[in-house]
Amino acid sequence: MVDVPYDRIADVPPAEVPEVELYHPKSWWTQYVFSQDAKVIAIQYSLTATAIGLVALVLSWLMRLQLGFPGTFSFIDANQYLQFITMHGMIMVIYLLTALFLGGFGNYLIPLMVGARDMVFPYVNMLSYWVYLLAVLVLASTFFVPGGPTGAGWTLYPPQAILSGTPGQDWGIILMLSSLILFIIGFTMGGLNYVVTVLQARTRGMTLMRMPLTVWGIFTATVMALLAFPALFVASVMMLFDRVLGTSFFMPALVEMGQQMKYGGGSPILFQHLFWFFGHPEVYIVALPAFGIVSDLISTHARKNIFGYRMMVWAIVAIGALSFIVWAHHMYVSGMHPHFGFFFATTTLIIAIPTAIKVYNWVLTLWRGDIHLTVPMLFALGFIITFVNGGLTGLFLGNVVVDVPLSDTMFVVAHFHMVMGVAPIMVVLGAIYHWYPKVTGRMLDDWMGKFHFWVTFLGAYLIFFPMHYIGLLGVPRRYHEIGEAAFIPSSTHTLNAFITVMALMVGFAQMVFLFNLVWSYFKGRPSGGNPWRATTLEWQTPETPPGHGNWGKELPVVYRWAYDYSVPGAEQDFIPQNQPPRPTRAVQEAAP
Amino acid sequence: MSAIILFMVVIAVIIGWWLAQQRLTAKPWLEEGSIDRFPGTGAMTLPAAKIGLGVFLAVASSLFALFMSAYSMRMNMVDWRALPVPGLLWFNTGVLVVSSVALQWAYVAAHRNSMDGVIVGLCAGGASAVIFLVGQLLAWQQLRAAGYFVASNPANSFFYMITAAHGLHLMGGLVALGRTTAKVWRGAEMPQVRLSVELCTIYWHFLLLVWLVLLGLLTGWTDDFVDICRRLLS
Repeated sequence: MVDVPYDRIADVPPAEVPEVELYHPKSWWTQYVFSQDAKVIAIQYSLTATAIGLVALVLSWLMRLQLGFPGTFSFIDANQYLQFITMHGMIMVIYLLTALFLGGFGNYLIPLMVGARDMVFPYVNMLSYWVYLLAVLVLASTFFVPGGPTGAGWTLYPPQAILSGTPGQDWGIILMLSSLILFIIGFTMGGLNYVVTVLQARTRGMTLMRMPLTVWGIFTATVMALLAFPALFVASVMMLFDRVLGTSFFMPALVEMGQQMKYGGGSPILFQHLFWFFGHPEVYIVALPAFGIVSDLISTHARKNIFGYRMMVWAIVAIGALSFIVWAHHMYVSGMHPHFGFFFATTTLIIAIPTAIKVYNWVLTLWRGDIHLTVPMLFALGFIITFVNGGLTGLFLGNVVVDVPLSDTMFVVAHFHMVMGVAPIMVVLGAIYHWYPKVTGRMLDDWMGKFHFWVTFLGAYLIFFPMHYIGLLGVPRRYHEIGEAAFIPSSTHTLNAFITVMALMVGFAQMVFLFNLVWSYFKGRPSGGNPWRATTLEWQTPETPPGHGNWGKELPVVYRWAYDYSVPGAEQDFIPQNQPPRPTRAVQEAAP
Repeated sequence: MSAIILFMVVIAVIIGWWLAQQRLTAKPWLEEGSIDRFPGTGAMTLPAAKIGLGVFLAVASSLFALFMSAYSMRMNMVDWRALPVPGLLWFNTGVLVVSSVALQWAYVAAHRNSMDGVIVGLCAGGASAVIFLVGQLLAWQQLRAAGYFVASNPANSFFYMITAAHGLHLMGGLVALGRTTAKVWRGAEMPQVRLSVELCTIYWHFLLLVWLVLLGLLTGWTDDFVDICRRLLS
């Protein structure tokens, strides 16, 4: 800490923020089920997202079993394989990652980190969760309707998404689109809360530039999601019209089974534009909260202030803005004008600059830090490495001439799993290990945590590194069986079997993690209020887990930024944000 | 995608303007309680609900801008046949204007502490909004009777879909208006009502503006404008 005179604040009066009218639950139902407390809603979001995420995990095992050992499992046919990949992708991207980062972490951390008692619109916040739950239930119901879930691929491209050759054409696609519409309505309710809470409910002294990067990440991602999700909404409504009312927004003239269909003149490319106008920001809607959270994990567990805080904030904002003008790099093979390809390739590569700034700053934060290899830190380090790896193959795919031959191969699958599958999940897991003590008052078991980390981290590489190679050989994605093709060497089959075994092992490690979550809830070591000796406000609550209203009688007052670690001359190696400044230098010098 | 890109540029300018006032160049690591007695948090003096409404209007605008983008892209296909706009829409537009004016009346009355004026404004605004919705349904019926079904041409499909989206937003507004009216009915004091009336009024003006833009689009007036935008951006 640079020695700056700060003699104008010797004694700061307590906060005089007008008290918000908190809703006080009157029964068990309103306290734990229809709760308006952001912390309870956060846990509800997290548990629901985890539950549906487990379904998606099981689907990935089934897919891998089919790919690794084709023909062995009679209960998986081509249609089911397509249904599995579709549901796996959609659940993981939207119903797990988006819901967990924004609905889960956003709800829990925003009010606590900015020093608020709750979200600004608690009732709307509660509605947000219940609409989300309804969306999840509608989605899950597609497994039980005639024809099963849709098998259109998570991008739901028309015209195939609503043609009879695609599984789930009866009910699956209709319910999928309805579920997406519900999800977006629910998210908008929650998103309004996150944004307005950050804007208006920060406690005294909490300027924007004193906010932890976690809040910056979630805040920016929410603003992006609020603006981007309407594109998916519009696309879903229009496709629902095409499917149910027989309109031709996206559907061209088609002959199906020798019959001329009633559709004609529609534009499948229009859907792709709408979908990716949402779809690419979605990548950063998931990534920005991860960026923010990992910054806090690294700073806390390396006992060092974050390097380049201002640059980190600017990079988050810049990435958020740029991510709206790169969408068509998902459409290089759609026959677009080469000038468009050039434009979108350029913007795609430009977005690497703020992203690289963030990576450098994480590494420079670690440089000469007092690194504690705790489980959250291990996951944070795992994230940096994985994100860099995934980002590098992004440079391949961002270039049109490289992308075209690699399009729709397993290389793409490996790329996006590294960059927006494994990397954000690393952050989610690290964040759970980090904040679990605040949520439950108990530590997660360290040995199980380390086992979980190493198997997940190494396993993920053993799954996805070979997959890049398979993709380079030209093996296409979305094929339930590659069979005997001249360009595919037989060793590919061995490699596929290997990947499957690794995927099952990584899956097993997640079961250990779930066991740890439950076991530690009852038997874990009591954590105390601030086990990581962190500076941010959520660790300074009078109670752990934080009580209703978060803070005692008075809201905390913030005197400093969120990263005062290892400050020279300080008594401890961290100074909480709400700790008043030392006496003025003049007073210090006068003292004996 | 020209409409949505234009809209995003506007949003980016607003966000940029706001960020420019947030001291993003501050060096927080040097500012241990050193500026003023307390650094302002930069929170606006407006009530949270008003800002919440502002954010929601941005989301709703994004939705309508996307509908317009899709409309302008789809209308370039060869099968597009513009449909005749029912004359009833002009009457409906007039009714929606009346509705907006009535709410503005209520808003002004709320600031003059005239509860009677608020009640008249709210009831007149709500009633005319309901008449607008009924009018829209009648317009649908007229089109159907004339053989312009939802699936027979993309222009028809867009007409039904976009008017439905606008109508649903208005219905949502009617719920808020109904709650405000009920509050007044139960004898709430003016300070408790004023904000609700103001929020309803803002939302009504927004929906009127959206409707006028949509009307321009659906009647083809904005074709030339859309064309210019597309040329500029492609």
